Amino acid sequence: MSLARDVMTIAAVSAGAFFFLAGTVGLLRFPDTLTRLHALTKADNLGLGLVVLGLLPQAASLRDGLKLVGIWLLGLLAGATVSQLIARAARHGQLNR
Amino acid sequence: MSIETVIEIVLAAVVLTLGVWTIVVPETFSATVGFVAYGLLVALIWVRLDAADVALTEAAIGGGLGGVLLLGAAARLRDADMMADARPGKLLRAGAAALSVLTAAVLAGVVLLLPDPAPTLAPAAVANAWATGLSNPVTNVLMAFRAMDTMLEKVVLLLAIIGVWSLAPDSAWGGRPGPRHQADPRGVLAFLARLLPPVGIVIGIYILWTGSDHPGGAFQGGAILASMWLLAIMAGLADTPLVSHRSVRFILVAGPGLFLLVGLAGLLFGAAFLSYPPALAKPLILGIEIAMTLTIAATLGLLLAGAPERSTEP
Repeated sequence: MSLARDVMTIAAVSAGAFFFLAGTVGLLRFPDTLTRLHALTKADNLGLGLVVLGLLPQAASLRDGLKLVGIWLLGLLAGATVSQLIARAARHGQLNR
Repeated sequence: MSIETVIEIVLAAVVLTLGVWTIVVPETFSATVGFVAYGLLVALIWVRLDAADVALTEAAIGGGLGGVLLLGAAARLRDADMMADARPGKLLRAGAAALSVLTAAVLAGVVLLLPDPAPTLAPAAVANAWATGLSNPVTNVLMAFRAMDTMLEKVVLLLAIIGVWSLAPDSAWGGRPGPRHQADPRGVLAFLARLLPPVGIVIGIYILWTGSDHPGGAFQGGAILASMWLLAIMAGLADTPLVSHRSVRFILVAGPGLFLLVGLAGLLFGAAFLSYPPALAKPLILGIEIAMTLTIAATLGLLLAGAPERSTEP
């Protein structure tokens, strides 16, 4: 049972790390603000989600697990809001130019 | 070399690089962003050192509120950046560099010369935790063993807010700090400012409450409460209060005031200034912490809101 949990943790955290890596590469390589935001939110949402998913089997109690999920939800909320605000500011800046 | 050591070395190298970059980069805005990232990474270093209390404070103050403060300063300086042809003279810059290098060298020398193992009072602090009934040694040191320092720290915060207020023009004295923020009431920011504060307020209170036995406490909880307040202000859902208002002034002095009263009561009825009667130690400390959390939240929020800009008359 513990082996299955460990395998799930390793697989999910590795997949999460991959999304963070891909998101960072996209952030550095993509040409404009909107595509860079696209790359960044993939890292935040999927990457963090997969890392949290991977850590859930290792959580000592239900309470710890719920805290982890709470962190992911707060991360989602913050990421979605901030990227909307940045995108709006970027579009505003383009119109004014 | 274990994987932990590798991570620590990489972390230290990144923090050092970011520190140098923050100093070297010409634009104020980039330097501010660098400083925020620096604060968050330093918080990770504190976690690696098992100092979760310090890490929480560093993330909240160094990365969060300090970053917002610097961003505001950078926005104000943006116009000044273009006008500032008059760079400081060569002699002044060489002098500043020499002083900085000297300070860094002395600090590095002192750290390297520390006896190994370094002298520590940590075992004594842990061994005497029974005296207060709280099991978080950091809270014990802050609120009981070195309570005097914590009280004076709160007085310093009070002095800081008086310093910020004294920058107000005569016409705005006693008025509302900062501009009135306008945002689309049906927009994303207003949505977040309605959704997040209930969660944030619960987390802030939880961090205050859990601080007696786990990492957390008045400062970290207060910082979270302050950021929720600022979010509502920035989204235009709330306005900054009149700084001349009696209730604002009362909240600002509540923390240090209650601390001082309890301290004086210790002088009158107990053994010494700030000595708690053993039976009442935990309730007294919690009471002071609750008052301090409110004071810290109000002080940090008002520090970020800035000097009063709008007079009391419309």
